[in-house]
Amino acid sequence: MGHTIKVTVNGVTHEATVEPRMLLVQFLREVLMLTGTHIGCDTSQCGACTVLVDGVATKSCTMFAVQADGREITTIEGLAANGDLHPLQKAFWEEHGLQCGFCTPGVIISSYDFLKRNPNPTEEEIRHALEGNYCRCTGYQNIVKAVKKAAQSM
Amino acid sequence: MIPNNFEYIRANSVQEALQLLSQKGDGARLLAGGHSLIPAMKLRLNAPETVIDISGIQDLASIHRDGGRLHIGALVTHRTVETSDEVKSSCPVLSEAAALIGDPLVRNRGTIGGSLAHCDPAADYPALTLCLDAEIEATGPSGSRTIAADDFFVGMFETALQPGEMITRVTFPVLTRGTGAAYEKFSHPASRFAVVGVAAMVTLDGSGNCSSVRVAITGAGPSVFRATKVEQALTGKAPDEQAISDATQDVADPADLMSDISASAEYRAHLCSVLSRRALQRAVQAARG
Ligand SMILES: Cc1cc2nc3c(=O)[nH]c(=O)nc-3n(C[C@H](O)[C@H](O)[C@H](O)COP(=O)(O)OP(=O)(O)OC[C@H]3O[C@@H](n4cnc5c(N)ncnc54)[C@H](O)[C@@H]3O)c2cc1C
Ligand code: FES
Ligand code: FES
Repeated sequence: MGHTIKVTVNGVTHEATVEPRMLLVQFLREVLMLTGTHIGCDTSQCGACTVLVDGVATKSCTMFAVQADGREITTIEGLAANGDLHPLQKAFWEEHGLQCGFCTPGVIISSYDFLKRNPNPTEEEIRHALEGNYCRCTGYQNIVKAVKKAAQSM
Repeated sequence: MIPNNFEYIRANSVQEALQLLSQKGDGARLLAGGHSLIPAMKLRLNAPETVIDISGIQDLASIHRDGGRLHIGALVTHRTVETSDEVKSSCPVLSEAAALIGDPLVRNRGTIGGSLAHCDPAADYPALTLCLDAEIEATGPSGSRTIAADDFFVGMFETALQPGEMITRVTFPVLTRGTGAAYEKFSHPASRFAVVGVAAMVTLDGSGNCSSVRVAITGAGPSVFRATKVEQALTGKAPDEQAISDATQDVADPADLMSDISASAEYRAHLCSVLSRRALQRAVQAARG
């Protein structure tokens, strides 16, 4: 029943044999040990599990690992380059865009996809762009500030 | 949550998908965007023996206009409908409505074919499809047939698709001067599905009266339905504010509507009236250009 898949994650190609029912998020966390991608609701609502699939922000709890065969995945671990935080990560740090940090990897990945398409967003556009990412701590104020700041520095 | 185990097969063409569907029979399910099927499988509400992944079939992922018709492939995502320049100019209400589906992450993967086949009683596309008098192309072992939206939605999670058939495309009218449409949705604050959603399309004749009116309502009843009383009340009339307001006083009977933790049937009936009025007002404005 196993399928052999080849997936490029954060620039590194991995080959693995997976059961069809294994979710992409399980593959990332339990096979590749990339635990930066979180599981919040596990019901396709909260966005804690968001990763980029061929550049498109995707809830990795709502996709099977076999579907990632031949694709490129970017997780939160893949954003920093040569030890330098990505401007989004830096902005979340500087604006304190988090409290417990559970939602943060998903929020940052969604924001990354969004800023690629809309490099100069208004506050309202940022809020709409993050409708698929729930934060139970911050009330979103500093998240919005951080995304705005990142947009200016990218 | 882990679904039951299943056999996974990727189909690279419509032909291949249809062959697999007939080979595997009742235990097989198509997988498009996965944003209804996978959550249901995780909850084990759905446990297919075989999952046929059609998401890579390129032929079903394009949009094109052919004179007065706008063809949208079954695998076109909500995101693409939301942002497509072709859709925005040919049938702007569709882009507006697609932008209200779920959240950006859902829209990145969910598809129009998946949404129509799934036929959730609170989904948005059924209302648009019915209101705009769209046609659904179903392809099966013996070829393709066209199903009018009026005949497609049979009941809760139930459509006119036959076993072995799949949706290959959906065809909408290009809205020209004199015809306008609008969609008004009261979203559930958490899931963003429609508590009630109303789509309206109005065509005006040379003297500014309604020559045709279509109103379709989702979220309120067990399946999408047309508000025929409203349509009849306005047809042939001048759609001024008073006429629209009178026609939308009593759109739906609570006895026919759903009641659940988010809204009682009475409240849904109230929303049907309010949202019909707003949708019709905007549709008339759009028709006047
Ligand atoms: C958090 C969340 C919020 C949502 N909010 C909304 C909302 O506000 N409004 C709304 O309308 N929807 C909403 N949805 C549902 C979403 O739009 C789904 O994407 C859609 O209902 C199903 O499309 P899919 O491509 O994901 O289909 P899948 O999940 O892949 O498939 C759904 C069903 O359709 C069948 N199927 C798929 N494609 C075809 C085809 N071409 N021919 C025949 N059968 C086919 C499958 O076998 C399956 O039974 C939401 C979903 C989530 C997870
Ligand atoms: S864990 Fe995937 S959406 Fe919540
Ligand atoms: S910081 Fe705690 S959930 Fe967002």
